[in-house]
Amino acid sequence: MYPFSYSRATDVADAVRDKAGHDGSAYIGGGTNLIDLMKMNVEQPPHLVNVAKLPLSKIEDLPDGGLRLGATATNSDTAWNEQVKARYPLLNQAILAGASPQLRNAATNGGNLMQRTRCYYFYDLATPCNKREPGSGCSAIGGFNRVCGILGTSEACIATHPSDMCVALAALAPTVRVSGPNGERTIAFEDFHRLPGEQPEFDNTLVEGELITSLDLPEKGFAKHFAYLKLRDRHSYAFALVSVAVGLEMDGDTITDARLALGGVAHKPWRDLSAEQLLKGQPATAETFGRVAAHVVANAVGRGSNDFKIELARRAIVRALKQAAEGQQQAGDVYLGGQ
Amino acid sequence: MSQTLTSAPASGGLPTPVSTGPVRLHINGETQTLQLAPWTSLLDALREYAHLTGTKKGCDHGQCGACTVLVNGRRINSCLTLAVMHDDDDITTIEGLGTPENLSPLQQAFVDHDAFQCGYCTPGQICSAQGLLNEGRAHSEAEIKELMSGNLCRCGAYVGILDAVKEVVDKQ
Repeated sequence: MYPFSYSRATDVADAVRDKAGHDGSAYIGGGTNLIDLMKMNVEQPPHLVNVAKLPLSKIEDLPDGGLRLGATATNSDTAWNEQVKARYPLLNQAILAGASPQLRNAATNGGNLMQRTRCYYFYDLATPCNKREPGSGCSAIGGFNRVCGILGTSEACIATHPSDMCVALAALAPTVRVSGPNGERTIAFEDFHRLPGEQPEFDNTLVEGELITSLDLPEKGFAKHFAYLKLRDRHSYAFALVSVAVGLEMDGDTITDARLALGGVAHKPWRDLSAEQLLKGQPATAETFGRVAAHVVANAVGRGSNDFKIELARRAIVRALKQAAEGQQQAGDVYLGGQ
Repeated sequence: MSQTLTSAPASGGLPTPVSTGPVRLHINGETQTLQLAPWTSLLDALREYAHLTGTKKGCDHGQCGACTVLVNGRRINSCLTLAVMHDDDDITTIEGLGTPENLSPLQQAFVDHDAFQCGYCTPGQICSAQGLLNEGRAHSEAEIKELMSGNLCRCGAYVGILDAVKEVVDKQ
């Protein structure tokens, strides 16, 4: 790897101050994505501020009935937390569908939000990529784009956000607490990640120097009717081609509240509010699910080798809604959350 | 205040000499203070500075699991973490699990079940399986398969690996 300097922050204020004192520097948590990007020379921060050992690793109840997930809690500790398992099983399932036990043991919650696309061209320094080098062009459009997005893309970028955890979070709608040079603020999860537009170099709406300190989940966890359906090239340890997170509230066979978010299809975890409205008050039938799924993919655009994702997403939505309504797990999957 | 290890290039354009600092690691029960540059991965620190070459470099990108070690009892990929991030941590490598004369239960089970061919992935497989045992969440074969999916074996010794891990899990 290239030479850089390093410091370990003692508290949040120290971290923010240290980063502000080093142009182009980066925070490092688990490092499972950042170090890889640095080895590939995709990112070359001249200075790293280690925030992994800041006292932000607690998972604790909030006065409003919600649950605070500390930014430096590992993905493993979050997935296996008793409160998360009991109250937010959708989040437990999504985290355990991602990466491997080793990576989940190192990766932090804040870092999961900050991970970057796995678009082949973003990693390949020999090819143009607007996200890596603004203005250079997009090699995925007209190239090998099997893993790329079908919703909310732009002519500048068709990359996807790679997280599983964030798809469940999009459905659960926490607020993201951050600290920065201008103090603290909160960001609705829906507004945290952004679409590429003309500036795909920006993955999210953080301003320079801001550090995620926690994810605050609201009380409603959809623990009775949920599904995280992940479709991929191998059954474990692979990124999603398409994933679907569903949370439903039911009164008999009638859907009274609904959340629906997709992964592997867009530059951000793709929550569809209009589809959620279409589900409310409707019977949990194949007809309802089919209508809603068609609505979600109505504006999807394939770019050649990812055309299959449109039909795959449509069918995955139908199946995930059915599983959630019936309280079933994905056939063939190991249900790890129940232990 | 934070402690900074500096190695920023000099303003004159010539790079400053490589800057290292002391990093204290408790490796297999023995405390070692190594002089390391910030960009040294934990994997390279173990192999090149602590001279423990049991831990293997496979892909060096967190995709194969060959570099798996235990940090404070938990399995991680040592290629995707910096040694400086583990000051004062307890590191266990394959050398710390057993010796040729006194194999750990997992090491013995891998021998008994012919759980390798070339053997390159084996230290990572065994450290990962030790992490799995420490976690205590895998019981069935399906659960072991899912929770061992971070370790690839290109010889395809998975059947033997699964049998070996299952045998030790069942004895727990």
